[in-house]
Amino acid sequence: MSGYTEGIIILLCINAIAAMGVSVLTGFTGIFSLGHAGYMAVGAYTTAILTVEYGVHYIPAILLGGAMAMVIAYVIGVPTLKLMGDYYAIASIGLGEAIRLILENWQSVTRGARGYPGIEGYTTLYVSLAFFAVMAFGMFNLINSRFGRAFKACRDDYIAASLLGFNTARYRILSLVISAFYCGVAGALLGGFLSFIQPIMFDMIKSTELTSVVVFGGLGSMSGTLLGASIITLVTELFRPISQYRMLIYGAILVLIMVIRPEGIMGQYELGPRLFRRLKDKFSFRNRDNSEGRSS
Amino acid sequence: MSAAVPILEVQDLHVSYGAIKALRGVSLKVYEGEIVSVIGANGAGKSTMMQAIMAQVPRESGQIYLEGKELASKSYQVVTQGISLTPEGRRVFAPLSVYDNLMMGAFPRKDRHKIEEDLTWVFSLFPRLEERREQYAGTLSGGEQQMLAIARSLMSRPRVLLLDEPSLGLAPIIIKDIFRELKRINSEGVTILLVEQNARQALMLSHRGYVLQTGNLILEGRSEELLANPEVEEAYLGTGKTTGTVKK
Repeated sequence: MSGYTEGIIILLCINAIAAMGVSVLTGFTGIFSLGHAGYMAVGAYTTAILTVEYGVHYIPAILLGGAMAMVIAYVIGVPTLKLMGDYYAIASIGLGEAIRLILENWQSVTRGARGYPGIEGYTTLYVSLAFFAVMAFGMFNLINSRFGRAFKACRDDYIAASLLGFNTARYRILSLVISAFYCGVAGALLGGFLSFIQPIMFDMIKSTELTSVVVFGGLGSMSGTLLGASIITLVTELFRPISQYRMLIYGAILVLIMVIRPEGIMGQYELGPRLFRRLKDKFSFRNRDNSEGRSS
Repeated sequence: MSAAVPILEVQDLHVSYGAIKALRGVSLKVYEGEIVSVIGANGAGKSTMMQAIMAQVPRESGQIYLEGKELASKSYQVVTQGISLTPEGRRVFAPLSVYDNLMMGAFPRKDRHKIEEDLTWVFSLFPRLEERREQYAGTLSGGEQQMLAIARSLMSRPRVLLLDEPSLGLAPIIIKDIFRELKRINSEGVTILLVEQNARQALMLSHRGYVLQTGNLILEGRSEELLANPEVEEAYLGTGKTTGTVKK
């Protein structure tokens, strides 16, 4: 396998891990965030500093990077997650930018805007594949568990969920903290892949990209998220030779999805027997898809 | 019907939305095994009272007791203490199947092995739901959604079931069906506190009733007495001939 192909696969794994993190929060719990690059940055910097300055082995360092993102998410989340809907989305923009600005200005620790060089290249193909496999396994189990159901209840009807005995505030925080862990680990892997990180890599554009990948794949579908992350990563790579037009194509794809399939590629369905059954029903009886909206 | 300690007791409950007082000192008692209805016009504070019991809106003052013990101040704790509210407007999870909706209702329970039993029970109350077990809740009719909402509340095995306007937006024939099932639910040991605009239906079902008007309980009594009370008839029941018009 050429180094280039390897690089793309590593990047796919990293983007998929970050997208899964955003997906559990946005797609499954219904909390829109436009600041998740901040948690990637926290993971990346924590891991870089631990490995470079303190000589910690990269595996515990990556996990600690994720853990640090969790801690920050918890501290930020307790006061801000009381905001609902769009209000949280707006707050999250500020949170993400605040993290980036702190990294840029805390020269003594992060070396500021010039970036942090000399990170050991620990993100090999196998490391990234292993992290992806374990974290995807964990995520699919999570969304099919009790917690997954609780997240979806908070998303679909916050009031009904609290009336049914869900501790809604706790599940919202939990979802944020888990999503921060995923983004933190993705950031740490990115640092090990590039050997160099810079605060500007984790700006609002990166955050928006993460959320748009999830919307693109389908809010409430984990396999859709993985599909979305793969397509966006591959498209970005495929059109590298005409890089000045890349953003144009990227934007066109997003617009196309919005027009043709506003619920995202997969909608709320997962790749699996249930989707297959539905498709069969749809085409054999020509039933209208009436899975949304309430009839009365 | 008259145990010494009421299963649910509200004492001098005050609730405000900003400067607007929604409840001005509401006190009521519900005894085990009863069906109690609270009737009143739009904006009387009926839903607010239910939401205050469920800790969805903060109380300004007043106490709420479940069997003499102070009720918790968080909704999810109230549910585990044994009170469940079927909210106004049903609020079923439209993208989930009937079965998944019911399982959502069973979420906070610790006795997982008994859930299957209760599923059979709610299906026996509402056989329509069993027929539509795998159907998306959003595609059910209004009446079926109301049945689902009630069944979902029952899945937490409440001792007291609160119902906020179960007749809202439903055809009279469906309302009859639902009220018949409520009677059955009550006869199987669930105490019911019902809030209704449809005063006649509510009073015909319940043992006792309260009349709520602009945040105050102005009347209480046995349901037959309230049904026969001329003031109540004038204000809430109508005579059947002159509904909606002022009698000369």
